[in-house]
Order: sequence, then structure tokens, then C-alpha cells
Amino acid sequence: MFKLWTTIRKDTLLLLRDKVGLLLMFVMPILLVLVITTIQNSTFELVNENKIPLLVCNKDTAQTSTEFIDALNQIGMFKMELVSSDLSANSLNTLMHDKDALIAIIIPTTFSSSIQQKTTQVTTNALQQFGLNDSTKVHKTPLEKSESLLFFYNPVLQQSFLQSINGALTSAIQIIEGKKLVQQLYVTLNEKPMPQNLQMEILQKNISIEEIAAAKDGSKTIPNATQHNVPAWTIFAMFFIVISLGGSIVQEKRSGSFVRLKTLPTNYLVALFSKQITYLAVTLSQVVVIFSLGIWIFPFIGLPALNMPSDLLGLFIVSVLCGGAAISYAICIGTFAQTQEQANGFGAVSIVILAAVSGILVPSFAMPQSFAVVMKMSPLYWCLESYYGLFLERGNFWDVLETTLPLVGFIIIIQGITIIGLKKKNLI
Amino acid sequence: MAEIIKPAIHISNLSFQYNENSGVYFNDFNLTIFEGERFGLFGPNGAGKSTLMSLMTGLIKPQTGSVDLFNQHITNKQSRTLFGYVPQDFSLYEELSPIENLTFFGAWAGLSKKEIQVRIHELLEILGLMDVKNKAVKTFSGGMKRRVNLAIGVIHKPKILFLDEPTVGVDIQTRHAIIEYLKQLNEAGMTLVYTSHQLTEAEDLCNRIALMDHGKILTCGEIATLLQTHNEENLESLFLHLTGKEYRN
Repeated sequence: MFKLWTTIRKDTLLLLRDKVGLLLMFVMPILLVLVITTIQNSTFELVNENKIPLLVCNKDTAQTSTEFIDALNQIGMFKMELVSSDLSANSLNTLMHDKDALIAIIIPTTFSSSIQQKTTQVTTNALQQFGLNDSTKVHKTPLEKSESLLFFYNPVLQQSFLQSINGALTSAIQIIEGKKLVQQLYVTLNEKPMPQNLQMEILQKNISIEEIAAAKDGSKTIPNATQHNVPAWTIFAMFFIVISLGGSIVQEKRSGSFVRLKTLPTNYLVALFSKQITYLAVTLSQVVVIFSLGIWIFPFIGLPALNMPSDLLGLFIVSVLCGGAAISYAICIGTFAQTQEQANGFGAVSIVILAAVSGILVPSFAMPQSFAVVMKMSPLYWCLESYYGLFLERGNFWDVLETTLPLVGFIIIIQGITIIGLKKKNLI
Repeated sequence: MAEIIKPAIHISNLSFQYNENSGVYFNDFNLTIFEGERFGLFGPNGAGKSTLMSLMTGLIKPQTGSVDLFNQHITNKQSRTLFGYVPQDFSLYEELSPIENLTFFGAWAGLSKKEIQVRIHELLEILGLMDVKNKAVKTFSGGMKRRVNLAIGVIHKPKILFLDEPTVGVDIQTRHAIIEYLKQLNEAGMTLVYTSHQLTEAEDLCNRIALMDHGKILTCGEIATLLQTHNEENLESLFLHLTGKEYRN
């Protein structure tokens, strides 16, 4: 026990005196979490809270196009700016760049007449179906192909963002079409304009949409950029200790001190066990530091605070398993690498690849189906799933037990490979 | 009644080669070093001194034959408490202080906390490191590092001490102090096995030497006897006479 204790003390002292290593293990992940969360949060706010600047070029002089613009305004997603109706598509394109506008629309000259034509035809058909209209009076001509509403967008915009804008424009058109249809039906049946209050009553939504995150503990915590990013980048930081730990094993193997260690009556497994304990403490410290940052510092810099899971013991166990997986991986790399360059290079690149396929860099739901198997081979994926089970789904340890078991399997397999490697190299 | 001298190191019928392409290095090699000796291993580069040192300390395993330290086979874990090793390279953690290094290596050598404390105090005093005991070794001069390197090798008071060029790159004062300390250790009963290219130092320290080349012992015995047998004036002329004057890689 004394041997293990002095070895842990030695490893801790070496770690504390390696300022660059500490910087890599703590400051880099903190910066990463801060930057990524801030960026994702501003994207979230752009879509959900801020209004998107929209240039509107209305070439239609009729009333319906104005009502369409009002409908767009009422959706509340856009900050609209009306530009000259004389602009061509090319001129509008140039104007978008001048005004740093991300999107613009051109309402065609036939916009109102197209809607009018459609409502008249639908009304006539409907009344005929009800038997209220003379079939001989039915407007038989087919609907003319109407001119499209042109939607310009900056190519930097992501597809999901464009889809939500497209949805808003379609919704506004449907509102106008619905409104015009109701008005037309009323006029045809009653031969007088529809009263404003009735129109409002008909068009008003009776069913609202309430967004509810499906939390397992029944809480109503809304997932945000912090809830997503803090656990994800903490896992990345834990696995990035491969640089420090893998490198330290290679450095020790290549240094003179290792020669002396091999001549002493103590098994090298003591050294490896000590490193596991020391670096587990490091990974748990990373968890404490980054989570504390999320809880207490983020609100001060305008980011949503991190909501901790209700099962703190579960969080501790998951963190220990994530740290264990990261340490096992780093020790395995350090055992097999011949040089520090090999350990650092392979270690860093492999962690970035594993992070990419695990859903840390790109959401797992956005990955192609063919990646499903690859994704599940990454320990970072199981770490992320376990943390998300606690942080986003608000589950307890028993809810994430299934996702922690592959981590236990990973630790056992990797440690086994390490021991085989050490035996082959005659180190234990 | 005459005192019976026990063999401290007994190598018998040892064969070793690094790989199939390297040719036979040691073939049916035999050597006995007795308890209390100050034994020197000398030879040009590539003679096999360091390989023999690695075989005697169990760092590499022979293909055939055996190495015994005080009748214990070197593969026996217990045999590792019998010897200390002072490699040519600084075998220590340069970011740690002498105290921290000695505590760690002392524990790995099997000493208790109390024994380590006593030994650290003794060694720092003897090797003149008391003033810098808490400073990081990386800030030390080459000579100071050599003294820490030596202290680590002897912290557990081994019965045999293997020294691979322990004075390389140090000034005259440090070399003198180290050699004097090694003599004190030997007088206290420690067997010394020493390699170096410093032949004058060998004449001062060793009471028996082996001159080797290409994995074979060319001659072995007390220095005065060897000089007389080969009719040479000093170790250097004997060395050149037996190993030739060509460059060695």
C-alpha cells in the first residue's frame, strides 16, 4: 500500500509540475465548452428569440399581398424591411449583400389574383357539392399556373434553418388562402361582406402547441445549448487526457527511470494502477470544474445555467465510468506507442474521430444510417448517451444502466489488451 | 581458519543474442564475482559490457544459462532486493527533488517509510545534497545529478551495486567524491561491479578486472597480475594490446 501511495504521490507531483499538460487538461476544455456553447446558444436565440431580417419586394399592387405581409409579421419570426417594388432579382441579390440580409422574398405581380382565382374556384366547387349552386354556372376553366413567390437566401444558411423559414412562408400563404376562402364563401352565401369579428373567430386558432421535453423525472426543464454541450465537451476533455497520460507512459518507458524501475522488486502494474487512480482524480476534477462553470459562471455571461440531474450518485458513477474508459484508452495507447509523437498524434486524431462518430461534434440523429454500427463502437457515444440520459431525459442511474454496460465492457477489453501488450513487451 | 569467500554473482553457460541476424553475442559465457570485490568490466564500444550488465540485473533474459546473485536466480523477484543499479543515463525524475525521488525509489525498493527517512538523511549528508534536497533535479549540474543518481541506487543498502559509467561527465572533485564514497560502501561489505572507459579511475577503484570484447572475456584477474603477465606498464596499454587500435562503432 505504501508503494502505491508513494507512486500516486509521485504521479501527482509530476502532473502538477507539468503546466502545459494542466493547461491542456483544464483550460482547453473550458475554452471549448465556452466557445461552442456560446455559438450554439446564439444560433438557438437567432432562431427562437431574435427576429430574422427579411427584405420584402412586393410587385403585387393588390390588397392580398399586403395582407400576406401582415400575416408574415404576425408570425413574429421576421424583422421585415420593404424595398422598392421595381427591383429585379439581380438587384435584390446585390441589396441583400449590401444590407447583410440573410433572406429576401419577391412577391409576384399575380400573387393576389392567383389566390383570388383559387378561392373563387374552390368556393364554387364546394357550393356545387352542397347543391347550393347551379352546375351550369360552375367555372370550368382549370387553375392557371401561378407565378412563384421567390425566396432568396444566403448560401451560408443551414438546411434546417432554411426549412423553418420556408415553413413560416408557407404557413403565411395558407393563412391568407384560408382567410380568402372563408370570406368568399360568406359573400357567396350571404351576399354581403363577412363581419370582422366573425372572420376573427373563424380564423383564430383554438388549439395551441405546448412544447414539453420528455423528461423521465417529470420535470419541465427545457434542454438548451448548455445542457447539450457541457456534458458532451466534458467527455471530450476526459478522453483528451490521452495526450498527457499516453505521453507520460511513453516518456517513462523511454527514460532512464524506467530501466531502474524494472530492476526493483515491484511490479510495473503498481505504476499503471497509480496512474489510473491519479488520472481518474484528474477526470473527476475536470467534471467538477466544467460542470461548476456551467452552473455558476454561464449565467453571468448570458448563457443558460446547467441544470444538474436529480440523481447525483448516478452522475458520479457515470462520470467514474467515463473517466475509467478514457484512462484505459490512454494507457493502452501509451503501452503500444513507441514514441511520444506516436502517442500524441494517434491519440489526438483517434479521439477527434471517435468524438465525431459518437455524436459530440455532429448530433447522432443527423448521422447516416450506415454509421449506426460505427457510432456504437465509440466509447464516447456510450458516455454521451449515459450523460444525456441523466441531463436531458432527467433519468436516474437505473435508467442509464443499459448505456453504461458497454462502457464497463470497453474498460475490461482495453485493460485486457494493455496487460497482454505489457506481457509481450516483458514489462510485467 | 581462512575466511570462505562466497560468490556474489555467478554466471554459468550463458548464451544470448538480441536477434537472429545479430550473430551470437554471448556463447557459453561464464564469470564469477566474489562477495566484497570491486570488480571492473572494461572493453571497447560493442564489447558487450552494457549487455552483460543488463543480463546481470535481469533487464534482459538469457536464451540459455543462468545468472545467480548470492545463489538466487535473477528471475526470482527476491533477488532484486539484493542489488542496486546506477545506470549511465540519469535514472530519475528531473521534475522531482532529491527527497521526492529517493522516497519514491526507496518505496519501490521495498523500504518502509521510516527506513526511507533515515536513509534519505544519511545519503543527502554524505553526498553533499542537503542544501538542495527540495529543489527540482532538473535545475542541478551534471555532477549533482550523478550524485542523486548514485543515492537512488544505494538507498536500500544493496549487497551488490552495479555501476555503469557512474562518473561520466563530472568534474574532478565530484569524481573523487564518488570514488571515495564507493570505496566506503565496499569497505562496509558491498560488492561493486563497475564499467567505465576511465582506465585510470579503474586502477584506483577496482581490485579485479575483466577485459572483454565481442562478448568474450579476453583476460580477467587482479590488475597488477595482469600487467605483469602481459608485460604492460598500465591498463591503457594492456587494453590496446588486447583489443587493437582500430575504431569501434
